[in-house]
Amino acid sequence: MSRIGVFVCHCGENIAATVDPAKVAEAASKMPGVVHAVDYKYMCSDPGQNLIKQAIKEKKLTGVVVAACSPRMHEPTFRNAAAEAGLNPFLCEMANIREQCSWVHEKSEFTTQKAIELVAIMVEKVKRNKPLFPIKVPITKTALVLGGGIAGIQASLDIANAGHKVILVEKSPSIGGHMAQLSETFPTLDCSQCILTPRMVEVARHPNITLYTYSELESVSGFIGNFKVRIRKKARGIDEKLCTGCGICSQKCPQKKIPSEFDAGLGKRPAIYVPFPQAVPNKPVIDRAACTYYKKGKCRVCEKFCEKKAIRLDQQDEIIEAEVGAIVAATGFDIKGADFFPEYGYGKYPDVITGLQFERLASASGPTLGAIKRPSDGKTPETVVFIACAGSRDPAKGIDYCSKICCMYTAKHAMLYKHKVHGGQAYVFYMDIRAGGKMYEEFVRRAIEEDGVKYIRGRVSRIYEEDGKLVVKGADSLLGGEPLEIKADLVVLATAIVANADAEELAQKLKVSYDPYHFLSEAHPKLRPVETNTAGIFLAGAVQAPKDIPETVAQASGAAAKVAALFSSAELSREPVIAVVNRQPPPVLSTCTGCFLCEKACPYQAIEREEIRDRKGNLLKVVAKVNPGLCQGCGTCVALCRVKAIDLQGFTNEQVLAEVLAL
Amino acid sequence: MSEFEPKIIAFVCNWCTYAGADLTGTSRIKYASNVRIVRLPCTGRIDFMLLLKAFDQGADGIIVSGCHPGDCHYTAGNFHARRRWMVFRQLLDFLGIDLRRIHFAWISAAEGGKFAEFVNQVTGEIKKLGPYQSYQKAMSAGIE
Repeated sequence: MSRIGVFVCHCGENIAATVDPAKVAEAASKMPGVVHAVDYKYMCSDPGQNLIKQAIKEKKLTGVVVAACSPRMHEPTFRNAAAEAGLNPFLCEMANIREQCSWVHEKSEFTTQKAIELVAIMVEKVKRNKPLFPIKVPITKTALVLGGGIAGIQASLDIANAGHKVILVEKSPSIGGHMAQLSETFPTLDCSQCILTPRMVEVARHPNITLYTYSELESVSGFIGNFKVRIRKKARGIDEKLCTGCGICSQKCPQKKIPSEFDAGLGKRPAIYVPFPQAVPNKPVIDRAACTYYKKGKCRVCEKFCEKKAIRLDQQDEIIEAEVGAIVAATGFDIKGADFFPEYGYGKYPDVITGLQFERLASASGPTLGAIKRPSDGKTPETVVFIACAGSRDPAKGIDYCSKICCMYTAKHAMLYKHKVHGGQAYVFYMDIRAGGKMYEEFVRRAIEEDGVKYIRGRVSRIYEEDGKLVVKGADSLLGGEPLEIKADLVVLATAIVANADAEELAQKLKVSYDPYHFLSEAHPKLRPVETNTAGIFLAGAVQAPKDIPETVAQASGAAAKVAALFSSAELSREPVIAVVNRQPPPVLSTCTGCFLCEKACPYQAIEREEIRDRKGNLLKVVAKVNPGLCQGCGTCVALCRVKAIDLQGFTNEQVLAEVLAL
Repeated sequence: MSEFEPKIIAFVCNWCTYAGADLTGTSRIKYASNVRIVRLPCTGRIDFMLLLKAFDQGADGIIVSGCHPGDCHYTAGNFHARRRWMVFRQLLDFLGIDLRRIHFAWISAAEGGKFAEFVNQVTGEIKKLGPYQSYQKAMSAGIE
């Protein structure tokens, strides 16, 4: 016989304003099986929880229904309270009379009646609840970090320093990411490479970090603590063990005119190349799309000159399989490309460049060795126009969001230009100046007041070439939208930050959700910013949203702390909401007919085959069996099973049917 | 009770629509109080016999809602639900069940407003259709 206790919460005024809790409690006390029903102002408070604990002990309750907020809010709270009073936590259920009743309806009898019915549904369900016990699964204490930019580097180092193994996978031939391309960083004007490269080296020689560059994630299976991943190590074309990184191959390569990705297309590189001098690892890679040997079948110059005989032109991609317990996605961002700005002539006029290209111009390691020279003729530009919000905050371009870092780096660019070209004039077209951050506003002020950068509030409508000058047509909205023309030598677009082209594919591989712009979604925008909705997968850096370096580093360290916390225990306790195939005790039988439709439907490959044999060892039948480690509890198999041999703990057929019957 | 107040039962998944309905609450968006939500882990879990049971219990309308295609917390549960529904609705049609009383939707955890709109829309439509008495009649006639 069930002995159910019903506890109705007022949630201050939140519930009590539209629902009459006393009436709900009174109605509940008359429901069959209910032996105790009370209402209280704040059920989740200490005294409120004590009410529940006391009742469980005194009235010997076999089930508890808390009519309060959403179970997504306080189910763990009340289940813990029940457990402390000695009741199995899975015998406690919540009726959602706040989010789905009191907050969405006006004060009326109907609303109170609805609350009563919601309680009745849960009472009927909880009567059929069975004690469940958490599932323990072991944890593989190795983390996979995807992306070797500053986010991935920071996360890897933090996890590795906590004493855990890390596999760091980077798509390009070297780690470093976008930060390695930057000249100086705002607001301190620290040299980007000077602060980054020591960390890159630390990654390479850390005993806990295994680094796979020029590699990509192929597939992921499994679940938190027990992921199985496949990594494709693309053929570099060299034997990394033999190669000393002497660079003779790059010097001798006859192909020298390939646009360098690292220099954002402003510099050139050979077909066998190291992306930049400080690359980690400092080993070349053969660009097969550009290499003469792969195009025409002959050349092999690099092979001839390599003293260590390290060139492997016939090398194949390699698949590496690994088991990891957690994954940090830190794959970063991309910027909008040429075809996006026809009105600005990007791609048409060589002197209209992106912010990233300007970084390379200003960088001491860049194609001009840090001198600001325009790409078309190598002259020092006398007038430079910087356009902020090139694509960002522009619904017409499909990018509604603010790219966040452009205001700051535009101020930095203008400042760097003024520092390098003293007589030059810098103009910045902006919509708003968003300089929230420590020392950020002061930095922008400095650009305007000390370095004399002219800020014009307004948008640029068009750029065209006239007499060797780029005519920038805009309007000054602070002067009543007065049209304005500036003849510039160089135009720099603060292009919108967008998600990587393959971000959606990555999200699907990781089974995490993503927003309309393909940035991966965090589990909660305020309180769980580094976790995803898939347990064991964390986010760091601009893969989640545009952000600057300090924020990225903070999030990466946050993700690393989450991973370290996960790895701090030997096993993981999981909610036992999983499917089970019914099996009667001896004679060992099952109503399962072995059709294995469930096997096909299961998205987690959690259905296994089990043989039932008699004492002599004769095979009686083959039935389905659920692997409790793999099952995530979606219940697709349950709805599918023709003979109802499979059921979902916590949402059994009996429970759900009882809920419907209670209506 | 002068006006007919239909009884509507919503079978929703825990991750998208239930969370979306919670968001409706958090945003204090008002909607018709006729709906009763039954929470399931996934729309893939919904045994469509439950829909018939709900009509049997006097429901006048039914809502089934889960994550948008591609966003299922369990990868593909909503696709299973959709596929099952395609097959099941033909059977229901054959049996003479009023298909206008069953509403399918994809409502994500971020679409609190859409949930309220959808509930109001369904409630309005069911109100126009009136109480589902023909189901009860069919049942009492012994067709099951």
